[in-house]
Amino acid sequence: MLEVKGLTVHYGAVRALGGVDLSVDEGSVTAVLGANGAGKTTLLRTVSGLLKPRAGSVELDGRELTRLPVEDIVRLGVAHVPQSGGVITELTVEENLRLGGLWRRDRAALTRRVAEMYELFPPLAERRARTAATLSGGERQMLALARALTGGPRLLLVDEPSLGLAPRVVAQLMAVLRRLCDEDGRTVLLVEQNARSALSVADRAVVLDLGAVVAAEAAATLAADDRLRHAYLGF
Amino acid sequence: MGTVLNVLRRSTLARHTAAALAAIVALYFLTTAVGPYRDLQIAQAAYLTCAVAGLTVLTGLGGQISLGHGAFMAVGAYTAVLVIGHWGWPLAAVLAAAAGVTAVAGVVVGAVAARLHGPYLAGATLAFAVGLPGLANYKPLTDELGGQNGLTLVPPIPPAGLGETFPLERWQSWIACLGAVITLFLLGNLVRGRFGRTLRASRDDEIAAALSGVRVARLRITATVVSAAAAGLGGGLLAVVATLAAPGAFPLTLSLQLIAAIIIGGLGSLPGAVWGALILVYVPTWASDLSTSSGFSHNIASNLPLAIYGLVLIVVTLAFPRGLQGGLRDIGGAVRRRARKRRDPAPGPRASTSGPTTTHPGGADEATPDQAGARPDDRGDAGGRGERLRR
Repeated sequence: MLEVKGLTVHYGAVRALGGVDLSVDEGSVTAVLGANGAGKTTLLRTVSGLLKPRAGSVELDGRELTRLPVEDIVRLGVAHVPQSGGVITELTVEENLRLGGLWRRDRAALTRRVAEMYELFPPLAERRARTAATLSGGERQMLALARALTGGPRLLLVDEPSLGLAPRVVAQLMAVLRRLCDEDGRTVLLVEQNARSALSVADRAVVLDLGAVVAAEAAATLAADDRLRHAYLGF
Repeated sequence: MGTVLNVLRRSTLARHTAAALAAIVALYFLTTAVGPYRDLQIAQAAYLTCAVAGLTVLTGLGGQISLGHGAFMAVGAYTAVLVIGHWGWPLAAVLAAAAGVTAVAGVVVGAVAARLHGPYLAGATLAFAVGLPGLANYKPLTDELGGQNGLTLVPPIPPAGLGETFPLERWQSWIACLGAVITLFLLGNLVRGRFGRTLRASRDDEIAAALSGVRVARLRITATVVSAAAAGLGGGLLAVVATLAAPGAFPLTLSLQLIAAIIIGGLGSLPGAVWGALILVYVPTWASDLSTSSGFSHNIASNLPLAIYGLVLIVVTLAFPRGLQGGLRDIGGAVRRRARKRRDPAPGPRASTSGPTTTHPGGADEATPDQAGARPDDRGDAGGRGERLRR
């Protein structure tokens, strides 16, 4: 579904990604793992159009994305949940959710999707009239994910959902991601520092180090590979 | 669920319609009760309200600063005078043309402004405000635009049905007030819906808005166009009230006063725009009345109004960091909490702590999330968000 070829991204003179190849199958959860500064976030931001690559291509079902503006990539069904944030703090929970699906211009479907999100994340339903600024970190992460889902994306890019959250909340979020894939047939590209919890839900995993892919395996194979685990994943 | 939302949406429209009608009735009685001088002041406040309301949508809700709204008013004023002079259209069509032509100017300015932020945007719009009125003195255009003296306009004639002695000033203030009410009504409905929500989203977090599929650049251009149209209508009304369009009527200070008005009134709040416009009109006259009756020597008395004006602005911003409208809302909230406390003798801890923080001068900048938490009834749409402006 998603084909990344030879992706090279620079921040000024600093190279963040150097020729990354990646392939994501439809209906799977792919984890992108690696240490700080490995280029995981850069990869996601380039796929969603927030960054423009110096070289290489990103194709969604054969369609080149790198020249499109962010809003058009969203409209092709790619939703990005950025690292810590991605919610509009001064809008209410309800308004945030509706914002995520506004571009579809189908009010009835949007209302239905918002109701589904309240079912999926019950804490949000209790706070629907509160501004997002009043939410806790975990609730914000839920809201960011729910907001991305109200657009009905085919490909979900999730950047470190576990950041700063209690292990139990992380486990719940991971379970939700798995369900989105199994039950709704969505494709998930998950960036994580927390390799253990990411590998527990992923089908495949890619390990980045210093802007290059050092391993791309089935999640189970990777979890069983002691050498890789020690060298790059730290457990 | 859908029907409930629909009813609510319709009731917002109904509420705005009721408010507009009530305002028209109140203004009718007010303008007929006062003399010509007061009528003209009301007319001034009305056309300024149009421009301030337009600016508060762009700057208050959209977070895009514009120091060029005085120039948009100039475009509207000259359009109105030229259209009347050349074609003699009826007044409503003239004012629509003033708004329409200024909207076109807004497309150009908006397309440039959408790429700019903060100081760069301020600089570009400042250049617009300084440069545009100068066009009237540009040699090839002086015949058409009347140079420094500007163009005069035949005053609108009150309809014969109102009687022969009907004062012109009252007729002018009716026109201006109707324009202001229509502007506020249209903007109020626009801001309540999808447009206002996406605009606030793009101000709060541009990237998150774009990731939600909001076309941020296009939205900002639209906001500039809407805002320019309102300012253009204000300018057209100014021409009708002053029966003149001249470069001297649109100095840089006008643009700066409009900015001051949206901040004093309450950023992003349309009722606040009315407060801001009233302050712009009444505080200077009140200050000069005060200084002439003070008995000081001529030297002091002639400089006093400006000092008093400045003092009032400082006091208002210190006392109401979220603007007059925000202050009124805070007071209303405090009164409601007190009433609730009287009914229910065991107050929540929040009811007793949230009062003082709101009067802290820096509160608007520092405590936004806390304040939002302390006041769930305030949805944060009007907050004094100096923070965003400086970004």
